[in-house]
Amino acid sequence: MRAVITVIGKDKIGIIAGISNILANCSVNILDISQTTMQDVFTMVMLVDISKLSVQFAELSEQLENKGVEMGLSVKIQHEDIFNSMHRI
Amino acid sequence: MLMPFEIIETIKMIQEENLDIRTITMGISLRDCASSSAKESREKIYNKITRLAANLVKVGEDIEKEYGIPIVNKRISVTPISLVAESSDEENYVKFAETLDRAADAVGVNFIGGFSALIQKGYTVGDRKLIASIPEALSSTKKVCSSVNLASTKAGINMDAVREMGHIIKKAAHLSADNGGLACAKLVVFANVPEDNPFMAGAFHGVGEPECVINVGVSGPGVVKSALEKVRGADFETVSETIKKTAFKITRMGQLVAREASRRLGVSFGIVDLSLAPTPTIGDSVAHILEEMGLEKCGTHGTTAALALLNDAVKKGGTMASSSVGGLSGAFIPVSEDAGMIDAVMKGALTIEKLEAMTCVCSVGLDMIVVPGDTSAETISAIIADESAIGVINNKTTAVRIIPAPGKKVGDVVEFGGLLGSGPVMKVNNFSSKDFINRGGRIPAPLNSLRN
Repeated sequence: MRAVITVIGKDKIGIIAGISNILANCSVNILDISQTTMQDVFTMVMLVDISKLSVQFAELSEQLENKGVEMGLSVKIQHEDIFNSMHRI
Repeated sequence: MLMPFEIIETIKMIQEENLDIRTITMGISLRDCASSSAKESREKIYNKITRLAANLVKVGEDIEKEYGIPIVNKRISVTPISLVAESSDEENYVKFAETLDRAADAVGVNFIGGFSALIQKGYTVGDRKLIASIPEALSSTKKVCSSVNLASTKAGINMDAVREMGHIIKKAAHLSADNGGLACAKLVVFANVPEDNPFMAGAFHGVGEPECVINVGVSGPGVVKSALEKVRGADFETVSETIKKTAFKITRMGQLVAREASRRLGVSFGIVDLSLAPTPTIGDSVAHILEEMGLEKCGTHGTTAALALLNDAVKKGGTMASSSVGGLSGAFIPVSEDAGMIDAVMKGALTIEKLEAMTCVCSVGLDMIVVPGDTSAETISAIIADESAIGVINNKTTAVRIIPAPGKKVGDVVEFGGLLGSGPVMKVNNFSSKDFINRGGRIPAPLNSLRN
C-alpha cells in the first residue's frame, strides 16, 4: 500500500532529514521524492510504501503533523488512491 | 507516477477551497420492525439502527484520516416511519421520533432522516397519524428530520395534503418559537422525492432500496468557483467544460469514499449524489459561482440561465465519474446556508419569486427560506402548491423547506447556527390564496405529451 506525503511551507535546513527519520522509525520505505518551488512556496512530494508500517496509520500521520508544526511547515500523509482517483482514469 | 502539480491541486482544493465529502449516509430498512405493539416496534428500531450503524462514525473518521479528505457529516436514513409505525395502534408517533433521536445519539450521527410519509395520492391511517405528530416530534427531538412527499408526475398533487402541510409548518414554527422556528428547518415537503437522497432534511430510505446501503453526497462549490476564476471572460462552452472537469474530479473523490466506506462497513454501495451543497462559510457558496459567471448579484436577470448551465454541467461531469449516481444531484440553493444568497437577499437582489424560477432548473426547490411569522398557513400551502406544480409538470424533484419565523418581520435575520446558517426574513406576496387552498382534492397528473 502506498501513500503520498506532502510538505508545504518555507524552505529550511533539515526538512528531508526530519521527515525521513520518522519514516525510518516507522518502517516506511521512500519510493520517490520530488521537490519544487511553486508560487514561492517550497513543496516536497514523497511517494512512500506503507505496507510494512510498524505503527497505526493515524499515529504516523500525527507524528508527521507534529514535526510539521515544529518546523513551521504543513506536513500531510494521505493514501495514494485519493490522488489517483482524482487525476487518473 | 503522479505529478506534484496534481497532488498540490488536490490539496489546495481541500485546504483552501473547502472541498469535502458532505455526508456519508447509511440507509437502513426498518420494514421488519413493524409490530402490533408500539413498544416492541420501537425496541426493534432502536436495536437495528444501533447494530447496523455501530461503526458508521468510526469508519467515516478513519477514511477521513487516511485519505485526508474531510467527511463533514455521518448520517442515517430509515424507511418512512409511517410505514413502520402503522401496524401499531398508537395514535401519536412522537415516541417513534424520540426512539430515532436516541438511536442517532447512541451511534454518534448528527441527523437521522425518515420521519416521513408518502402521500402523493392519498393518506393511509399511519400517514395521518405521522403527519399530525410532525410538529411535536421535530420540536421535542434534536436530530430527527422529517419529509412528506405530496405530489408526483404520475399521481398529481394531493391538495388536501398541501393544505394540511401549511398548518403543520405553522404549528412546528410555533412549537419551536424560542429557536426561531428551528423545527421547520428539519421538515421538507417534496414533489417527486428521490428515495436514495443522502442529504438532510429530506433523506429517507425508500421502499425499493436494499436492506442497508451507503449513499454519499459530495460537495465543493468553492472548487467550482476557483476553477471559473481562471477562465474569466471566456465563452460559455469554456465555462461549461471547466465545470464539467471540476465536477468530474470532485465526484471521483466521492466515488472512492463511497466504495471504501461500503467495503469497510460490509454494506452495499448505493449512489453518489453529485450535489453542489453550499455552507455558510465564505468560499463555499453556489451564489458566488453564479456571480463569478458575470452576474453582479445572484438573483438579477440571467441568474436562471447561469444556474441552468451550472446544474447541467455538474451532472454531465459527475455522471462520468461515478458508477451509480442518484439522490438530488445538482446545485442546491438553500438561502440561509449560502453566504452569497444571504447577501443577495439583504441587498434586495434575490426574491422568493426569482428563487421559484431558479428551482425550475436546479435540483431542489425553495430551500431554507425564512418568511415573516404572520404568514398565513394558506400562503405557505400555496407556495408548496406552486413548487409542486413545477416539479410535477417538469418531471423533476422540487421541495419546500420554509420557516415562518414567529414574531419576525421582513428585514430581520434569524440565526439557526451551524450548517443551517442564518436566514434573512423574505417578503411574501400578501394577497390571499385562502379560497384556492381550501378547495382541497387533487390536481390530476399531467399529460406527458404535447409538451410546450
